[in-house]
Amino acid sequence: MKKLLIAVICSVLSFGAVAAGGPAAPMDHIKTDIYDQESLQNGLSLFANYCFGCHSMKYARYERAANDLGIPNDIFEENILVGDTKIGQLMEISMAEDQAKVWFGNPPPDLTLSARLRGPDWIYNYLRGFYVDAKRPYGVNNVIFKDVGMPHVLAGLQGVCAVEPELGVEPVVDPLSGNIVKSSGCSEYATEGTLSPAEYDEAIYDLVNFLEYVGEPSRIQSEALGRNVLIFLLFLLVFVYFLNKEYWRDIH
Amino acid sequence: MQKLISWIDERLPIVRAFEDHMSKYYAPKNLNVWYFFGSLSFLVLANQLLTGIWLTMSYNPSAEGAFASVEYIMRDVEYGWLLRYLHSTGASAFFVVVYLHMFRGLMYGSYKKPRELIWIFGMTIYLALMAEAFMGYLLPWGQMSYWGAQVIVNLFGAIPYIGEDLALWIRGDYLISGITLNRFFALHVVALPIVILALVVLHILALHTVGSNNPDGIEIKKNKDENGIPKDGIPFHPFYTVHDLVGVVVFLFVFCGIVFFFPEMGGYFLEKPNFEPANPLKTPDHIAPVWYFTPFYAILRAVPDAFLGVVAMGAAIAVLFVLPWLDRSPVKSMRYKGMYSKIALALFVVAFCILGYLGVVIATPERTMWARILTGVYFLYFILMPWYTSVEKTKPVPERVTG
Repeated sequence: MKKLLIAVICSVLSFGAVAAGGPAAPMDHIKTDIYDQESLQNGLSLFANYCFGCHSMKYARYERAANDLGIPNDIFEENILVGDTKIGQLMEISMAEDQAKVWFGNPPPDLTLSARLRGPDWIYNYLRGFYVDAKRPYGVNNVIFKDVGMPHVLAGLQGVCAVEPELGVEPVVDPLSGNIVKSSGCSEYATEGTLSPAEYDEAIYDLVNFLEYVGEPSRIQSEALGRNVLIFLLFLLVFVYFLNKEYWRDIH
Repeated sequence: MQKLISWIDERLPIVRAFEDHMSKYYAPKNLNVWYFFGSLSFLVLANQLLTGIWLTMSYNPSAEGAFASVEYIMRDVEYGWLLRYLHSTGASAFFVVVYLHMFRGLMYGSYKKPRELIWIFGMTIYLALMAEAFMGYLLPWGQMSYWGAQVIVNLFGAIPYIGEDLALWIRGDYLISGITLNRFFALHVVALPIVILALVVLHILALHTVGSNNPDGIEIKKNKDENGIPKDGIPFHPFYTVHDLVGVVVFLFVFCGIVFFFPEMGGYFLEKPNFEPANPLKTPDHIAPVWYFTPFYAILRAVPDAFLGVVAMGAAIAVLFVLPWLDRSPVKSMRYKGMYSKIALALFVVAFCILGYLGVVIATPERTMWARILTGVYFLYFILMPWYTSVEKTKPVPERVTG
């Protein structure tokens, strides 16, 4: 029976290995860290300043974000909330969908679950993937999302890339000088932004980190509770194991 | 306490019921690891019912509100995320344990005489479970919920003459809509759970009438002592209750590991497109059902004709019902069956798993060829069974269980 089982497992695994295909566009990979509050706070600030005009987060509440990110409610109300918005409200926007459709071709999607839908890597590369393209209505195109309707909102920070940025490239170091001669990102800028490429990547990382957090705010709570549950089950396992052994001692 | 019990017992036979099904139900003493999955199915069923009740308290079964209400449960309901993940992970876990439970039955011949009815009730539970899972899958109203339901309901449209009307009747509309969502909700939370519970009762009553099979496939009731108790039997309670408890805790460890740390399970338990609300105007590039349906989906796609594909898929499930009459072997357990049966079962399991994989991925000509070959293997396992089980040389079955 064991041999049979091993044969089954081997054949299934080998088939999977042969059939696995490669991804379409090369991308840089990031590891998000929803425990890094400083990064999340910076991400929230970027989101509020650059994205929130057009993109809602209509399933999330301000208060939850404020509490989870360790921002006192009064500071949050002063800096993030506009007009008479209450902190207990959902993060909705006032842009009307039918108008947005006229302006951008499609209404800007809600971003509450974007990190769960697309994955953090996709967003991280997408926001670093804009370049000049005079044929597009807003003068930019994107290597990750071809012919996207969105303008390069972060151009003030990044600048605008003159050529298609190359993403997902392993950095090449010149062995003589030790300088990086080629790296992932934009190689030539049409206009300069206020941030250096490294600073911009860092800012986008923070923004993606925040989106990752908002996608599943229960993650922190879940992992903390999960650890305790698993430890409890381990103790319980020892107990039930010996209980079972005791009962079955005389059965042969 | 004793007084209360005897007061009730005079009016309702609870003591006898407990004895019949627990303390004086004699189960073979040699049940192994594979026998955990029956009680684990029961555990997962209880989990689905309980978490389902609490989810229903906050869920909104309308096309406008369903998606938002799921996110409301995930964010604003106290421990709502836990209820939801227990339920969504539970759905997949249900199929994991049921598939292993069925494999156990195939391996040790638990469907053979006198257990044909147990097998048929079990298969009916499996069928009801598929309907339950399919309808529950629409409720979050995500992109894949919507398009998955669209594809599956359209399959009925492939039936000649009545197909279109039948699909229309199921949907209650010309396409999947809020009306479909409402009826699926009613069926998912009321009708099908009642059916499943009733079938589980029948499954267990039939089992306790003939008694459990065991890895040796020996009828322990043939060897009784002077008190009429099977010599190889032990009371289910307390021996198998404490025994199953070990299985339960090990299962819960794995289950909770997924619930708390990987509830999406890499997109297999919760599919990524379902984090976007259903959009009837935007068809996703790649529509795949959830993993537990994919072997049958691969069989459907393997057949070039739409109607014959539906027939093949239906036959793939229907053929399992007649299994007790296909197996002509004089022995029950794989331990004493011949080489042909062992090879046939191994090929069947491999075919089923690879078909499951092929149902997940996009079809290419090469993969379709594989799906056709494996569909053939799947059906040959059943079609050839009367032949290979009767011609092969079986090993002698011992008088008493071997542990």
